[in-house]
Amino acid sequence: MIVAASTAAGSNLLVVAVLIAGVTAGTSILFAALGETISERAGIINVGTEGCMLCGALGAYAAASATGNPWFGVLAGALAGGLLALVHAYMVLNRGANQLASGLALFFMGLGLTSLFGAPYVSKQVDTFSKVAIPGLSKIPAIGDIFFNQDPLTYLSFVTAPAVWFLLFRTRWGLMLRGAGERGEVLRAYGHSTVKVRYAAVVSGGMLAGIGGAQLALVVALAWFENMVQGRGFIAVALVIFAAWDPIKAMGGAWLFGAALALGPELQVRNAGVNQFLLDALPYVITLVVLIVLARKRLESAPEALADVFEGSRVVSSP
Amino acid sequence: MTTFRRMLFALLAVCALVLTACASNSASTSSSDSDSSTASETPGTGGSAIGFLYVGPKDDYGYNQAAAQGAAELGEAFPDYEILEAESVPETAEVEQKAEQMISQGAKIIFTTSYGYKDYALNLAEKHPDVVFLQQGNTLEGDIPNNIGTYFGNVYEPVYLAGIAAGKATTSNKLGYVAAFPIPQTLLNINAFELGAQSVNPDAETYTVFTSAWCDPGKQSQAAESLLNQGVDVLTQHQDCTSTITQAAEKAGASVVGYHADASELAPEGWLTGSEWDWGPLYIDMVTTIDAEEFAGGKYNGNYRVGYKKTADDAVDAPLVQSAFGPSVTDETKTEIAAAKEEISTTGSPFAGPVYDQDGNVVIEDGVIPEYSELESMDYLVQGVVGEIPAS
Repeated sequence: MIVAASTAAGSNLLVVAVLIAGVTAGTSILFAALGETISERAGIINVGTEGCMLCGALGAYAAASATGNPWFGVLAGALAGGLLALVHAYMVLNRGANQLASGLALFFMGLGLTSLFGAPYVSKQVDTFSKVAIPGLSKIPAIGDIFFNQDPLTYLSFVTAPAVWFLLFRTRWGLMLRGAGERGEVLRAYGHSTVKVRYAAVVSGGMLAGIGGAQLALVVALAWFENMVQGRGFIAVALVIFAAWDPIKAMGGAWLFGAALALGPELQVRNAGVNQFLLDALPYVITLVVLIVLARKRLESAPEALADVFEGSRVVSSP
Repeated sequence: MTTFRRMLFALLAVCALVLTACASNSASTSSSDSDSSTASETPGTGGSAIGFLYVGPKDDYGYNQAAAQGAAELGEAFPDYEILEAESVPETAEVEQKAEQMISQGAKIIFTTSYGYKDYALNLAEKHPDVVFLQQGNTLEGDIPNNIGTYFGNVYEPVYLAGIAAGKATTSNKLGYVAAFPIPQTLLNINAFELGAQSVNPDAETYTVFTSAWCDPGKQSQAAESLLNQGVDVLTQHQDCTSTITQAAEKAGASVVGYHADASELAPEGWLTGSEWDWGPLYIDMVTTIDAEEFAGGKYNGNYRVGYKKTADDAVDAPLVQSAFGPSVTDETKTEIAAAKEEISTTGSPFAGPVYDQDGNVVIEDGVIPEYSELESMDYLVQGVVGEIPAS
């Protein structure tokens, strides 16, 4: 178990406190959004990301409980998230199922399976992750507290986001993946299978969502509960559009959503006369506003193959 | 490739099987069809089974598990009755479906154990005059049918006692309360906690955060962090799942007061005390009353509340009791809590006047000992609570 670092001293300033909590809260959403970015870049939407996060959270908690090591938990969380995503990949790629319908079914399946198998873990105690201050960097005023006094999985997300960007935009593999999402026929013309590429994308997307779930269980909640992801997976799916399928922008977006989630308690403990019910709606209001404002523009930067999904489900308002 | 496909098929088949298994786990045992439905004139008698409906899983280490334990004790006390249980029943028309199933299996007594089941329980009571419905929590107004009752405990009494432990333990004089929604029951608890702390430590303040969810560990963790960063050194909560906040307090070296269940093993250092459910005696008392054909017009016909104070015909123990003390609670504190408990169980009340609201207005006059019926609509926070009731 990692030795706990002291809680940030300078965190009494509202903005700093909200950002500290926002980065921690944003990490699970960020991992899921990065996974969904990979999946959608290959042309497959996984609305069931929430289910992958649930599987990741339970897998992580169960494995940490069995092995006593939270890192094995992270590994198991990734596997569990990836396994569930595999079901989606099969349904969509082999059986030609509607992506949105399959994704929704995937969420309910994840919820059902984790509720069933999670019951014995509800009050089990496991070794979890603690915050670790990075020597030197954590001493920078405000910035140090916000970014460099975090948990190991949040640090991992700092590295993962640029890594996913590099993978997508600077490697041959990324080119193939994006090719599958933009012009599958070109990929096929070169003798590659879009199905294989998409399988890989969907499953690795599920694995990242699983790590997000693991962070929620092993860093934030320190526990497993039925349905504990509470919509963060759906926020992640919306976030991908918000971030225009760009991993680096997803980072900022995830922290923004995290901060929106953290604002409520921070204002309440300062006895600010704000309406908590309104604050609770804030992350979802942000999502809707972003979708309204950016929808048209963003959809132009969407992978071509996604257009089929969107076209197929578009509500026609005029004859 | 074909083996790969076959494996995927197998995987999906397994998943489908598991899901079907999940879907059919409720209302498990089907007894021999009830030919014993001889209509008797007193509701609730002549049945072969007792039904229980829970809003969550039976093993949530909280509210639902406590009710299920009570059901198990009831089963032991009345071996002739079969106990039928349905868990994770949402507060929708599904309540009526599940209850109908139980009635067809011979149940004449049905416990609807969640606050939001009330309207469905009322519908059922009208439809089945021979079946007694017992609604956990809530109160009924107007004409109450003679085959429905509501019951609960004065939950704020042990919370007040735990507040004393918190008021004694704090050095920063800042206590933290993570609540879900500002319903009267929650406001009663927050206020009782603060009044208990105040009774031994006039400077103690209770910082309150509402999370708008009964179990969102992510939000709980944020609320706990925010409170701890403000210098709060005792945390408590009114949430359905409780281990996140308990562990957050322990990790930060703060003290913690429990709710719903004894979580002392999660906080071996910081555990002070808490409140936990013990429904068994009350359930047994209710079924005894029904069996004796004394239910109609009896004490469970609506709005029955058990507290520490007992009268001759109200002799059941309160269903919410105080948890064991943690290692840091001093003998002096224990003595004070024992004295306060004695006072509540005889002449006093956690809400004995004068009680002031946050603006300093007198809400309960000096010398007044309010009844539960006067407290059940509580819509204010008392002086010393820091925080605001979110308006809808």
